Amino acid sequence: MGVEVQIEGLSKSFGRQVIWENVTFTLPAGEISVLLGPSGTGKSVFLKCVVGLLKPNSGFIGVGDVDVVSCSEKDLYEVRRLFGVLFQDGALFGSMNLYDNVAFPLREHTRKSEREVRQIVMEKLDMVGLAGSEKLLPGEISGGMRKRAGIARALVLDPEIILFDEPDSGLDPVRTALLNQLIVDLNAQTDTTMLIVTHDINTARTVPDNIGMLYHRRLAMFGPREMLLTSQEPVVRQFLNAQRHGPIGMAEEKDADELAQEQLAGIKLPPLPPVVLQLMPSDGRPRPSQHPPGEWCRRNGVTPPPGSFEGDVTTAPGPVPRETRTVPALADPPLYGEQQYGGRHHG
Amino acid sequence: MSSPLMGALRGSGEMFALAGDALRSTFRRPFQWKEMVQQSWFVASVTILPTALVSIPFGAVIALQVGGLVRQLGAQSFIGSTAVLAVVREASPIVTALLIAGAGGSAVCADLGSRKIREEIDAMEVLGINPVQRLIVPRVLAMMLVGLLLNGLVSVVGVIGGYFFNVVLQGGTPGAYLASFTALAQLPDLWAGEVKAVVFGAIAAVVSSYKGLHAGGGPKGVGDAVNQSVVITFMLLFFANFILTAVYFQAVPQKG
Repeated sequence: MGVEVQIEGLSKSFGRQVIWENVTFTLPAGEISVLLGPSGTGKSVFLKCVVGLLKPNSGFIGVGDVDVVSCSEKDLYEVRRLFGVLFQDGALFGSMNLYDNVAFPLREHTRKSEREVRQIVMEKLDMVGLAGSEKLLPGEISGGMRKRAGIARALVLDPEIILFDEPDSGLDPVRTALLNQLIVDLNAQTDTTMLIVTHDINTARTVPDNIGMLYHRRLAMFGPREMLLTSQEPVVRQFLNAQRHGPIGMAEEKDADELAQEQLAGIKLPPLPPVVLQLMPSDGRPRPSQHPPGEWCRRNGVTPPPGSFEGDVTTAPGPVPRETRTVPALADPPLYGEQQYGGRHHG
Repeated sequence: MSSPLMGALRGSGEMFALAGDALRSTFRRPFQWKEMVQQSWFVASVTILPTALVSIPFGAVIALQVGGLVRQLGAQSFIGSTAVLAVVREASPIVTALLIAGAGGSAVCADLGSRKIREEIDAMEVLGINPVQRLIVPRVLAMMLVGLLLNGLVSVVGVIGGYFFNVVLQGGTPGAYLASFTALAQLPDLWAGEVKAVVFGAIAAVVSSYKGLHAGGGPKGVGDAVNQSVVITFMLLFFANFILTAVYFQAVPQKG
């Protein structure tokens, strides 16, 4: 079972430059969350703060009963064992081959025999589709392979919380889709708390249970996916739908003049696209932490845009590469409580 | 207060903190024997050949200079002794310092710096492994060990070079050269040289590790870090050499 991560009043600045201030939210245990934001809003900095690599100026990060911000170095190394982190470029050790990279945490932290290590390492490498490449050095493989090897290494100690720093940057759409499927499957199997940092809205729309968005040096919003996908809040709406019109400009934020001009010009925002279904695990069964589609909207009296939660919508609108949903053909329609859905065959 | 001054102060403070951390982590189990052996071999492999090649002409220059001076003073019978003194006390720790800082330190700094910018160090910390214990301690100990051994190598090669130049090229007498070896030089001179070499190794290792671990800003940052580490190490080593020499002359009574 995953562990909850509580973040309260977190602020970080480098010198006089404020990265973000007063960020407060909770990563629910066992759920997948996505942290979105335009480039340069300090998403990676945020991840590094959560694992204690950078020290925030103020605030509280609760993991279990430890505050990562103020705990001793010894406690920090203890609490980090709960984490698995995928760095942007995999951050593999350049002097070791993939096998030794994945085996490294096991050899350092456990007293397992080489045979047990081998078994675990091969299992994880197989999981990310790298069986047979274990003798290669990180310098000899592609960026996508490095990312997948990085995931295998992050998984090897069976972490309770996994943080992904842009798992989809620099990957082709197919690999991105496969990687997203892998993340969802992992969550279904291990019930790990996951936080994905990304600016890929396709991932953000289909993978997580919760979405958070950093913008303009603060947390613009954090909540269940349906809340953000149906949100009328201009920043969230513009970003999640990849629109040109809205508060976000090329240089981080548009100034007041530009915004006023846009309003004068009477630019109407296009209607919200339908809320798509979440990516299901490969076996088609909902993850333990997954909420039934439309539940949040029903509870909060929000009418989702027409066409929401229907089986075969393709995902994000706009100029992003379209991805066919990767829910495999199913022998039996899966059950979600008593309600059946998603049993249609795609592809 | 101006910010460059603050930066320099903060840098020196952090460097001392790293040295303290490394010292504390030395006694923390498990000790990284494998890494230390590998690093010793690595530092030795980048320093042995240049050290040997530098120490031959260095020994020769000392033999020529000292030989000329001693002859002018009319003290030919002490020629072997002065050469040994000059090499063992001063020349070999200096040559060791130059090579440890220039060849060993720069290699260590470049290695750690490139790991830093590839986020390997961060990854290691996140995997719950203390990089100071896992990487820095073995490097510091390795450079101290290699410094010690290199100093021995330089002393031997320097004395042999001095003998060769004095006896073969300057027409000195082998017997006088060898017989006067212990006239002025004494065993503590050798110990002092070795202590210097060990201290130089430790300083060079801490500075280059610090600079490597704080490299930033992509590949250019690594280049800058290596450059700074070599310059800073040189300054510190020559300064430390002065202090150690002064202390040595105060603490150990000289012969004659």
